[in-house]
Amino acid sequence: MTALDRGIVALDSEECKGCGLCIEACPPKVLSLRRLLNRYGYRPAVYAGSGCTGCGICFFVCPEPGAITVLRRGGGACQNN
Amino acid sequence: MPEYAVPEYAVVHEKPRSFYSLYERKPELQHQTHYCPGCGHGIAHKLIARAIDELGIQDRTVMISPVGCSVFAYYYFDTGNVQVAHGRAPAVATAVKRSRPESIVLAYQGDGDLAAIGAAEIVHAANRGEPFTVIFINNGIYGMTGGQMAPTTLLGRKTTTTPFGRNAWNEGYPLRVCELLASLEAPVYIERVALGGNRQIMKAAGAVRRAIENQVKGLGFSLVEILSPCPTIWKMNPVEAQRLVLGEMTEAFPLGVFRDRTKSATVRPAAPPAPPLAEIPRILGLTEGCESTPSQPAGSSDWRIRVAGFGGQGVLMLGEILIEAGLEAGLDVSWLPSYGPEMRSGTSNCHVRLSSGPIDSPLVSRPNVLLALNEPSLRKFLPTVAPRGWVFYNGTQLPDGCERPDVQAVVRPFTEIADRVGDPRAANMTMLGALLGATGMLTEERVLTALRRKVSSGRWLEIDQRALDSGIEAVIKGVSHES
Ligand SMILES: Cc1ncc(C[n+]2csc(CCOP(=O)(O)OP(=O)(O)O)c2C)c(N)n1
Ligand code: SF4
Ligand code: SF4
Ligand code: SF4
Repeated sequence: MTALDRGIVALDSEECKGCGLCIEACPPKVLSLRRLLNRYGYRPAVYAGSGCTGCGICFFVCPEPGAITVLRRGGGACQNN
Repeated sequence: MPEYAVPEYAVVHEKPRSFYSLYERKPELQHQTHYCPGCGHGIAHKLIARAIDELGIQDRTVMISPVGCSVFAYYYFDTGNVQVAHGRAPAVATAVKRSRPESIVLAYQGDGDLAAIGAAEIVHAANRGEPFTVIFINNGIYGMTGGQMAPTTLLGRKTTTTPFGRNAWNEGYPLRVCELLASLEAPVYIERVALGGNRQIMKAAGAVRRAIENQVKGLGFSLVEILSPCPTIWKMNPVEAQRLVLGEMTEAFPLGVFRDRTKSATVRPAAPPAPPLAEIPRILGLTEGCESTPSQPAGSSDWRIRVAGFGGQGVLMLGEILIEAGLEAGLDVSWLPSYGPEMRSGTSNCHVRLSSGPIDSPLVSRPNVLLALNEPSLRKFLPTVAPRGWVFYNGTQLPDGCERPDVQAVVRPFTEIADRVGDPRAANMTMLGALLGATGMLTEERVLTALRRKVSSGRWLEIDQRALDSGIEAVIKGVSHES
């Protein structure tokens, strides 16, 4: 990794219901569904580990209250809203 | 909530504080909402919770949750909540907002709830300009009950109640609630937004926040309609459902601001405080017989009374006089007429309670007083009377098979006594007199006050008074056949 990514996304695999909305919406396509089911039988979303811009789009399209947490380097306002 | 301590990074979006950290609904699901994957209710909840956080109003917010898939909203929002009957959120929101003007009241409603069963409620609340916020989730269907047509269902769409597709000739057109309400004078802010992808969702977040902020500023009625996906009933995956919102739904229900008077609206004056309780009789013009303020009864009492007889014997009226006199005496009272198919074939009865303490239930299944105006009533209810209770029976002796040595029976020919003083139909009053004479439950004065209030005919008032007196005499002097 040459430079630090602007953002990091943390996913709660036990709250996620695998609806796929975040995956569809993420501009750099760094999210995908895990093969392994979670405790409730859903395939939860996972982060590729790099490439997140911290835009926050996934947070807003996700219907689950706390499945997604978005962090940004240095904090600061979101460009996309 | 896990901690994400990554040097140089700061959390910018996380679960809003206005949600509970765990949900008490089911032990095994404390971490998950009950909504289907991709359901728009979840996104709408998140937008509301964020707005509550941002406006700093969590401790004075009261959610009014509806009947529909979002019936369990109270498990998720860490705010006040009233869960109300189907379609009645605007009525309850009105009550909460008027009685607690400092609270921030959010009525959350589905389209079946708001636009079908509750259509009248929302129109009148909007027309009165009630200063609360309505979040209206339009998913074009009844979700909770399995997919019946809603007033907002798109034309041609198959539902369980429109198996051949919604047909305008038969079921009318999709109801455009925002446009309808925007024809009214009072609303301050009405906007339609949608959840078809992140651009629409960001816009929706702004509208939800504004609608709530208007209330914080004390302005009038605000409503946001949110076009929302229901993947399960639409039989689509969440991504397809989101596209349908963005396309077809948004075409049928144009987005935009339909009313914005937030700049010109003035802060609505708070409702005047309610008058003190003692003033109410005067305001209602009930001065007659109210000169005496209700006195606290001496000692404690808990009368559980069952009155029974055939139709026309004044059974329900006897009960009403009792509670009116009880109120006059400062007691807590309840009166419950028992209507049943048997009413038509002759007998009727009512449950009456007079108590010096709060009344838990108006039902009297184990009376300590039975007033039986005829034999079938005695036979029916005598077995229910509590030991040492009172039984008043209209006759000359207890009929065969009605022995209860453990109760105090007062048996008099009440109809005959009433006939002697004017009219046999006043038997209910002779029996009431006997009740007063034997138990001292209430003073005669209280009962006379109640009679004057309830009986409008002067002739009947006289007969009733004479009947009451002769009933009292009948027990005190032991008139007629003793049992
Ligand atoms: C008085 C009454 N009538 C009917 C019902 C049955 N019922 C429960 S939810 C519902 C429709 C809910 O649809 P909507 O308001 O669109 O909410 P959704 O479930 O789609 O979120 C109906 C008819 C009820 N609970 N109470
Ligand atoms: S914050 Fe933006 S870039 Fe990062 S995962 Fe979410 S949608 Fe993708
Ligand atoms: S949007 Fe939320 S619930 Fe849906 S897959 Fe992504 S993280 Fe999971
Ligand atoms: S049935 Fe529809 S509205 Fe109800 S929870 Fe499921 S997706 Fe949401």
